[in-house]
Amino acid sequence: MSDIAIRVEHLGKAYQISHEQGRSRYRTLQEEIIGAIKRPFSRSADKRETFWALKDVSFEVKVGEALGIIGRNGAGKSTLLKILSRITRPTTGYADVYGRVGSLLEVGTGFHPELTGRENIYLNGAILGMTRRDIQRRFDEIVAFAEVENFLDTPVKRYSSGMYMRLAFAVAAHLEPEILVVDEVLAVGDAEFQKKCLGKMGDVAKEGRTVLFVSHNMSAIVSLCNRALLLENGRITVDANASQTVSSYLRTGMLDGEFCREVDRPGQKLTIKRVALLRNGQISTTFYTSDTLVVQIEFILRQRLAGAQIAFEFLTMLDECLFSSTNQDVIGDKPVFEAGEYVLCCPIELSIFRPGQYQIKVSSSIPGVEMLDIVEHPVLFDLLDDSSPVLKLGQDRRGLILPVLEWSLSTK
Amino acid sequence: MVYRSARHLRIQPESLWFPLDFRELWAFRDLFVILALRDVKLRYKQTLLGVTWVILQPLVASLIFTIIFSRIASLPSDGKPYLLFVYAGMLPWNFFAGCLQRAGNSLISDAKLITKVYFPRVIIPIASSAAVLMDFAVAFVVMVGLLFVYRDEVSVTWNILALPFLLLVVLLLSIGVSLFLSALNVYYRDFMYALPFVVQVWMYASPLVYSASMVPDRWRVIYALNPMSGVIDGFRWALLGMPNFPWLSMSLSILIGCLFFLGGAYTFQRVESRFADVV
Repeated sequence: MSDIAIRVEHLGKAYQISHEQGRSRYRTLQEEIIGAIKRPFSRSADKRETFWALKDVSFEVKVGEALGIIGRNGAGKSTLLKILSRITRPTTGYADVYGRVGSLLEVGTGFHPELTGRENIYLNGAILGMTRRDIQRRFDEIVAFAEVENFLDTPVKRYSSGMYMRLAFAVAAHLEPEILVVDEVLAVGDAEFQKKCLGKMGDVAKEGRTVLFVSHNMSAIVSLCNRALLLENGRITVDANASQTVSSYLRTGMLDGEFCREVDRPGQKLTIKRVALLRNGQISTTFYTSDTLVVQIEFILRQRLAGAQIAFEFLTMLDECLFSSTNQDVIGDKPVFEAGEYVLCCPIELSIFRPGQYQIKVSSSIPGVEMLDIVEHPVLFDLLDDSSPVLKLGQDRRGLILPVLEWSLSTK
Repeated sequence: MVYRSARHLRIQPESLWFPLDFRELWAFRDLFVILALRDVKLRYKQTLLGVTWVILQPLVASLIFTIIFSRIASLPSDGKPYLLFVYAGMLPWNFFAGCLQRAGNSLISDAKLITKVYFPRVIIPIASSAAVLMDFAVAFVVMVGLLFVYRDEVSVTWNILALPFLLLVVLLLSIGVSLFLSALNVYYRDFMYALPFVVQVWMYASPLVYSASMVPDRWRVIYALNPMSGVIDGFRWALLGMPNFPWLSMSLSILIGCLFFLGGAYTFQRVESRFADVV
């Protein structure tokens, strides 16, 4: 037969966006009934709008090929993977898939905190499409990979987050599908763990299985994939070998390490034009724990403004805010800005953070008075480990941050 | 989904009608077992009495009914001890009500699975029902104990051999209604709020605390349209050795059970493909 693993033809996915405030995706009967009564009289007042998350996407993947998919948040990468793993249906077009698909859109799907490590291995394995016999056969391998031998009969809610992630990835890594679909799961955990995961992914690709891989980690894309697609606003804009695609992605300035926006926001007093993360003066998405990251925020003021505050939140990928900071923290009480363009810089020492992926969300307001601007897309970066105690001592530990403290020892 | 060969799958916009894919369900049978076991294990984790609850719930309810409806209201129980009479009816009723409650909410409580991984969605509500079957088994053991305690007043007859068949009828009915409820619950959370109320009304409309013989003749047919009347009468007939098999209500139960099952499966299939976008 042909050597095609996946053929995607004119695939599109539309979502209905409701513009009514505070309305959830599911409806109550009451709303539906009232809507049905109103509809004949107010056809034009229906505020629902169609949003194409994916539009007219076509490509082929050969058997044994490792295809990277990159693009900004919201470009349609996850929607594409969800369609290929049959979680949601396309609105138009179709995809032909030849072979069993194993999808890994999240590490630890279905893990239940009350169940033990052993029970979760079976549960998670079955959810990912393994049979009980498959799991039994690979059980010891999974346990060894996860390094949780002594905690098999402990509920996973008592696991450290490192153990939890290792176990979750271990189950997934031992799936044996012909086509593996992976979404950004390697961005969690410590550097050691990431290295292990990337190694495992490399093995899978080398075994001749087909891999579809979404990541913000450009170096992982280049090292794992032969070919990569760049998605922009739901369409494929570049389809080339991995390094070509990555470099054109970097050139477009659309990287998640930077956020740029059309300046034209009529009637707004203050607009945040650009947010960038700098490493040694260069925009970067990858930082090391020994680095200093500089958050650079450019904003434009249309009029003289007193008390404008520019702030950012520093969050984990699980939306846990580690801290937030504002320009008023040091510049002083209620600075007065004249109309014009400004650049704010804020350096952050990264040594106290755990390796992993983080996001920075920027907003501006006059505290207690009004919201001036909220940057809708967070700026993301990967923090890799080159100096943390975890790396030095080779032991994982609990905690959202990982400060190195000045211990001293003296004889009494 | 269209299979051209064993290895080929076409993913395309939803078709209007496609039947249950039994080959695929069979391929996911282990997931079904593991999900059902998960529900059973999780149910009584971190409870002091654990499985004892499964025994206590129907037993205490039966005792309360006995005090209120037999001692105080003096309802007749077709010549059998009222406790046995009500407990035998409660076996299928609790299974039915348990399925509605657990399976009805199952898709929402497993929303994380639905949005992250593919498997035939129908496994989720059916696995929840299977977990309720465990409760039924435990409650049945208590029934055997009660029959032993009352061995002087009620003798076990060959009727009891009809039980597996009767169980099949309740299963058909419960799963059918659960499929309806679980699917609609994803779209309209109203069902979640209406359910406890509906279950209670349905219980009093069924011959659980009273005997079918108390229903006036002219209401018989309408009364038998409630598929649970046939089932409850059938269980009593099998367990307590009642003289007359409830032919009318039982045939209607089977018929309505099949209709519910087919209708539920059809509704479920129709809305299944959009779960991940809505839940």
